[in-house]
Amino acid sequence: MSTPSEPVMPPRITPPAEEPRVEGAALAVEKLNAWFGSNHVVKDISISFPKHHVTALIGPSGCGKSTFIRCLNRMHEVVPGARVSGSVLLEGDNIYAEGVDPVRIRRRIGMVFQKPNPFPTMSIYDNVAAGLRLNGTNRVSVLDAAVEEGLHLAALWDEVKDKLRAPGTSLSGGQQQRLCIARALAVKPEILLMDEPCSALDPIATGKIEELIYQLRERYTVGIVTHNMQQAARVSSFTGFLLMGELVEFGATGKIFTNPKDSRTEAYITGRFG
Amino acid sequence: MKSDSMTLRRWVNRVALTLTGLCALVTVSTLFFLLGYITLNGIGAINWEFLTQLPKPVGETGGGMANAIVGTAKLLGLASLIGVPIGFFGGIYLSEYGHGRLAFWVRYASDVLNGVPSIVIGIFAYILIVLPMKGFSTLAGGFALGIMMIPIAVRTTEEFLRLIPASVREASYALGVRQWKTTVFVVIPAAARGLMTGILLDLARVAGETAPLLFTALNNRIWSHGWTEPTSSLPVMIYTYAISPYEDWHRQAWAAALVLMLLVLVVNGGARILLPRRRETA
Repeated sequence: MSTPSEPVMPPRITPPAEEPRVEGAALAVEKLNAWFGSNHVVKDISISFPKHHVTALIGPSGCGKSTFIRCLNRMHEVVPGARVSGSVLLEGDNIYAEGVDPVRIRRRIGMVFQKPNPFPTMSIYDNVAAGLRLNGTNRVSVLDAAVEEGLHLAALWDEVKDKLRAPGTSLSGGQQQRLCIARALAVKPEILLMDEPCSALDPIATGKIEELIYQLRERYTVGIVTHNMQQAARVSSFTGFLLMGELVEFGATGKIFTNPKDSRTEAYITGRFG
Repeated sequence: MKSDSMTLRRWVNRVALTLTGLCALVTVSTLFFLLGYITLNGIGAINWEFLTQLPKPVGETGGGMANAIVGTAKLLGLASLIGVPIGFFGGIYLSEYGHGRLAFWVRYASDVLNGVPSIVIGIFAYILIVLPMKGFSTLAGGFALGIMMIPIAVRTTEEFLRLIPASVREASYALGVRQWKTTVFVVIPAAARGLMTGILLDLARVAGETAPLLFTALNNRIWSHGWTEPTSSLPVMIYTYAISPYEDWHRQAWAAALVLMLLVLVVNGGARILLPRRRETA
């Protein structure tokens, strides 16, 4: 990446002034609390993720936004000593109800992490096919189709179609992150959660991923955590502001960024702290 | 003032670099000295006869250690059969599932077991197998070596699995993959090279054990059939021949040491070549 022939501009999406149209919630969170041991990191958060919209969660480092998003597909409890209370309704069913299998929830709610984490021993193809394969799909035609579709959706197909057998870790950082998005989409989730997906990437790779996120809302409900306010403004229709584990304000992205109700939100988005 | 502190820094740097370099040199040269000395002394006595013949009766020159080579192979095979599965699965438990008190005690016990002198493990196998079966045997020897392999196999397996970052496991969980499948198809393949190296080093370590074999496999100047007869082995042969008064036996002890060393080197080097290298992150 020395001198790109034509400058790639990150999409400058001005948040619409009017309220976005909402057709029900894909995910409704009620009074969610989360702990690490005795450390209370998420406090009584209630929020809903509207269907086919991108919802961004912003806030300074350590405000609990990553922990919160990890509660939404039951990834929080993977860490020893972690605890959750409250409910998260996925299509009306509480994913924290007794007897619910967290593994099945995670198949419906995919996740992309902060640092690209392709499987180290697998090729590009195997990385994307991994979710299906490890859940018992072995038909080559099904896998081929899913891999191609996943890579298309993640806008990576054209760059890797001739080297699907190359190791996933041979790609650049931005490509690896799109590979991880393709991998998450190949299992056909209903919701895609992203935990600061661009924080380890350069501006050009970030621009590509943001464009991708903006397009993904047509097929998925997307939840994204970011400490980059411009990013939230560019990709999301709704934004929530978290501070010290609490949800300070939630609303249409246009409103939050132009006319916040809470003075703490205003202080944060105008860059007075955080 | 400024140049003074720079001069001091340069000197400290030189001294530190020299010291660390010297220590590294001592380590490597010890190994090469050892390898060279054994090769020099052993190479003369190695010939086709040494590798394929039984030991000659006391007083006659010539003969070989074919039975000891086969005996060592059988002992190590049996030891791996006991030590590797127990150590491997134990290590997986500790790394992937062990968070509570039980894991703490398992870890502690395996460290203690690792510190138990090998001769004590020999006595343990003697009481448990040799006495009830009323005889020294390959079985008892392999059992003693197998017990010795367990703690190292457990800890190296655990350590190499822990080297795989949590983010790789999380990537798999987030796809809705069950934990056991994540362990078997994602974590273990990623660590395969390290796991294999750990187990081979473990095997190399017990290959040279002599003390526990004196109580269990004993020795044999003829072929040992099956698993219930006493058997000859390279370390015990080295021990017996090296303390003998015969010149010819001394030469053969050097040769046996060389064979044992080559055996370990070949197994180690072979596995390193065969196993796929872990792909580096671009």
